[in-house]
Amino acid sequence: MKEATKNIVNPLQQGASAAWPICIGYFPIGLALGVLAQKAGIPWWAVAMMSILVFAGSAQFICVAMLAAESSIAAIIFTTFVVNLRHTLMSSALAVYLAGISRSFLALFAYGITDESFAVNMTRFRSGSWDRWSALATNHLANAVWILATVTGALLGQFVPPGAFGIDYALTGMFICLLVFQLQGRIYILTGVLAAAISVAWYLLLPGDSYIVGASISAATLGYLLQRRRRKG
Amino acid sequence: MNFNDYLLLFCGMGAVTYLPRTLPLLYLAHKKLPQWLVDWLALIPVSILSALLAPLLFCENAGRTLQLGKPEFLVAIPTLAFALKTKSLGGTVLLGMALYWLAGYVL
Repeated sequence: MKEATKNIVNPLQQGASAAWPICIGYFPIGLALGVLAQKAGIPWWAVAMMSILVFAGSAQFICVAMLAAESSIAAIIFTTFVVNLRHTLMSSALAVYLAGISRSFLALFAYGITDESFAVNMTRFRSGSWDRWSALATNHLANAVWILATVTGALLGQFVPPGAFGIDYALTGMFICLLVFQLQGRIYILTGVLAAAISVAWYLLLPGDSYIVGASISAATLGYLLQRRRRKG
Repeated sequence: MNFNDYLLLFCGMGAVTYLPRTLPLLYLAHKKLPQWLVDWLALIPVSILSALLAPLLFCENAGRTLQLGKPEFLVAIPTLAFALKTKSLGGTVLLGMALYWLAGYVL
């Protein structure tokens, strides 16, 4: 194989091996989104446009629900902003592994940062056996599947029975395993337990989606303080 | 809504989604990060995943009430055990789906 071809094919293969579980999770959810959009009277080309321009699962579900309820464009955009603020944390955490990389690469890479691709890429970066091109391939493969799934859902999703094959559990299962990848010592387990407890309490007490960012920042800060105290002894 | 309305809406949504994803990366990747920030950021993934997951397992979505013993939680126990043992993301997703599908008939 020529060197140039190898340089493209290798990251694509690595990206595919990392991205396929994400794709399994995205496909049914994308289908479901497409079906809901079709029921809300949104044409398939608008679904495609949304998946390409936005690429954020939960925000897209909320958008469809708000369009069905005839919310204003400004209200939908503002809600999207709030829901997606958690990505600032993920983007910051990824910066540790992408230090000094060209800004054009970062701009292209940032487009594909989702909850799932973030966790997969962070795990692989930390293990040391991961390069930025494979990470980029992972992000964009997941995005391609997402676009395909949402459009498929909009076109023919009404034939898929709800709840078939446990597809509603795909994302939960993915979160469980991604969480396991992150448990690399006692302080991580402790931080995870704190985040779970704070998140549940926050979710029960306050409306909206602030529990994700609120619990993450609180738990990471508590975990950090505990770790520092123990180091000082 | 016509084509232009959709274009305006999705460009707006796209902008407020893309900027939080890209600005921290563009800014932080070209700075020397202090050690305390690196240590803090290392705890962010486990915190986010746990914060996303816990309400799915322990809370009822509609009324926002605590509910222990949801099928989501019961299925999560063997799924977690499998993930700890195999470290296989694809396998865990497939097993979780299968168990949840079964739980729909059994529970």
